[in-house]
Amino acid sequence: MSAVADTHTQEHHHGPARGFTRWLLTTNHKDIGTMYLVFSFTMFLLGGSMAMVIRAELFQPGLQIVQPEFFNQMTTMHGLIMVFGAVMPAFVGLANWMIPMMIGAPDMALPRMNNWSFWLLPCAFLILVSTLFMKGGAPNFGWTFYAPLSTTYGPPSTTFFIFAIHMMGISSIMGAINVIATILNLRAPGMTLMKMPLFVWTWLITAFLLIAVMPVLAGVVTMMLMDINFGTSFFDASGGGDPVLFQHVFWFFGHPEVYIMILPAFGAVSHIIPAFSRKPLFGYASMVYAVGAIALLSFVVWAHHMFTVGIPIAGQLFFMYATMLIAVPTGVKVFNWVATMFRGSLSFETPMLFAVAFVILFTIGGFSGLMLAIAPSDFQYHDTYFVVAHFHYVLVPGAIFGIFASAYFWLPKWTGHMYDETLGKTHFWLSFIGMNMAFFPMHFLGLAGMPRRIPDYALQFADFNMVSSIGAFTFGATQLLFLFIVIKCIRGGKEAPAKPWEGAEGLEWTLPSPAPYHTFATPPEVK
Amino acid sequence: MATNQTYYVPEQSKWPIIATVGLGLTLFGLASILVNGSQGESTTIPWTLFFLGALIMAYMLFGWFGNVIRESRAGLYSPQMDRSFRWGMSWFIFSEVMFFAAFFGALFYVRTFAVPWLGGEGDRGSSAMLWDGFQATWPLTQNPDPSAYPGPKEVIGPWGLPLINTILLVSSSFTVTVAHHGLKAGNRQKVKLWLAATIVLGLSFLTLQAFEYHHAYAELDLTLSSGIYGSTFFMLTGFHGAHVTLGCLMLIIMLVRIFKGHFSADNHFGFEAASWYWHFVDVVWLGLFVFVYIL
Repeated sequence: MSAVADTHTQEHHHGPARGFTRWLLTTNHKDIGTMYLVFSFTMFLLGGSMAMVIRAELFQPGLQIVQPEFFNQMTTMHGLIMVFGAVMPAFVGLANWMIPMMIGAPDMALPRMNNWSFWLLPCAFLILVSTLFMKGGAPNFGWTFYAPLSTTYGPPSTTFFIFAIHMMGISSIMGAINVIATILNLRAPGMTLMKMPLFVWTWLITAFLLIAVMPVLAGVVTMMLMDINFGTSFFDASGGGDPVLFQHVFWFFGHPEVYIMILPAFGAVSHIIPAFSRKPLFGYASMVYAVGAIALLSFVVWAHHMFTVGIPIAGQLFFMYATMLIAVPTGVKVFNWVATMFRGSLSFETPMLFAVAFVILFTIGGFSGLMLAIAPSDFQYHDTYFVVAHFHYVLVPGAIFGIFASAYFWLPKWTGHMYDETLGKTHFWLSFIGMNMAFFPMHFLGLAGMPRRIPDYALQFADFNMVSSIGAFTFGATQLLFLFIVIKCIRGGKEAPAKPWEGAEGLEWTLPSPAPYHTFATPPEVK
Repeated sequence: MATNQTYYVPEQSKWPIIATVGLGLTLFGLASILVNGSQGESTTIPWTLFFLGALIMAYMLFGWFGNVIRESRAGLYSPQMDRSFRWGMSWFIFSEVMFFAAFFGALFYVRTFAVPWLGGEGDRGSSAMLWDGFQATWPLTQNPDPSAYPGPKEVIGPWGLPLINTILLVSSSFTVTVAHHGLKAGNRQKVKLWLAATIVLGLSFLTLQAFEYHHAYAELDLTLSSGIYGSTFFMLTGFHGAHVTLGCLMLIIMLVRIFKGHFSADNHFGFEAASWYWHFVDVVWLGLFVFVYIL
């Protein structure tokens, strides 16, 4: 606790700079974290409004609102914006805010590079979103941009899309290097690796995954760039290449990428559930090993996305069993969270509601993932709405509920005020109902054979689609309530104590709320 | 504990936002050049944006690195800061390794699976039907559809220029290490000599590679568009060459700094980082020499 007082004796005792240069030139991890979170929410609303266009078109069979060409652009941009613009930056924002405070560091290890990592993102998304207004329209080949759809048949704006991906990749790699350097080098004395908070552990592993696979994404889009503009034939069989090569390289990136989007949520939930169960986390060490195992396995499962392209049977079997193996460490985590709650003194404030929903609904997404992992069954499910249901169950109540849970959990620390609990719970229940209404019927649609990425459908799918659209509109509109809650919380509300949650543990709760601009200029001693 | 007390957190900095504008303009300009060019539209404005962006990037690199060098020489960095730089550089090199891994992976995939399957091997009978009579060979000089992708007449053998280049690059790894030992021993004459030798070896490598490319394009019809052999050959060796160029630039800057009296026997991470990078570039070349040229 002495560390808090020490803050004022250090050389950087000044507060934030005035005006917009505070945000433009800042090297402060809290400012940068805030910018990441604001950017992420902006992109969430933008990508979300594209989802609203998709659901409005699918409200009824037939073509009502948009042309199929534009529908394709909407599904593509929705996916790209949500993955690279909303979920990933939100977790980097949380990492920026929380990791230095959790490990007792004065800031991130490389603060100027931290600023660059952030500002590359708005620039990259400016380029990406501007493709909507270019000749031939925005990318329309799905967020997975399979060749030759994206190379031979893509719109001219594909080249802009490629460079936007390059910039996002540079941003992610630098962000990840910064996180790793911070965690490995700036921990307070006494904080050994196995004493690190789980959010820090999951981010350490996530950062490793990012550094390992973002360059591979850069490689695959570079091959696309060369195929489109410089006559190479990586993905063209008439020159000896192979379109399937694209899928292999893309999914070598893409599968670890889905863990990049969920592991930090695992970490945050592993703080929230113990706090509101008023019990330490059950099985800390096994949680760490489970995350490590998930990360390692994520490198050898990529071809389960490609069972139907005709990979050899030995390959299908290997990737099927390797994928199923991931259920083991994931199961360890789910059981540990449940065991943490078992016989705990539970209370259900908004962060806990989101965290509990996370555990239950993410598990549903995990189970549908197991179904998809079974190669012969996947031949039936592939590219149907069942797949859409599956990955939305892991991403919406998984990644995004994890982010909401974290936001409510740490908002008092960030703003110094308590958020409005009634509104928070309203936000939760409307999100919970809307999200399940939107995505649960998609399982049935998929099993009945409705293909994904098509703006029209057969009449027998009409009822479920209407239910799904109503759910999606509910979920979408509810997020404006979240915006209102956060603004209200920033502007005022009940003053938050240093530790607003009775059961919470960790160095961040030893700091006053709101956390001072500079914290832990001298590291605290961890016993 | 002592090392933890003065971790240097820099003040506000203008360099990151300048870097963002520079990189954004460069890439937007480059994309516009390619798209406008392919549609027969004017590329004057895109080229302007591109050069403007590149200039801003150059200004930023000098300014940002200059800033860091000044801070380092002013003694603001603690041993802990030094470790941050070390972790940062190590993980950056790891990310570069993964970038090359993508292209090596593509090479292995086409050689082991895609091309043999097109030639009818294994249970992938269907892709063998696409181009009847296509023979799977490596190096692939006869593409499945020669009218779309005319193959090269011949490819470059390993035992001419590539062997000389291997010798050049491997010896440059030794010379840079000798220079490093000189720096650690405080023998600055030795550093200057051996670092200069390293740079000369690196530049000779690049010159020979330029000859090799010219030979490939002018005499062998081995180009980017001569099918998958040309694609993988030029992308792998080309990106490697770009990294050698960058490594040479780093070493030249280190030589300039040595002449200016920078670095001490126990504080010279800038030099070490450049030499790490140089060794990395060397190891990638060995991979290239084996898998692209010899096998």
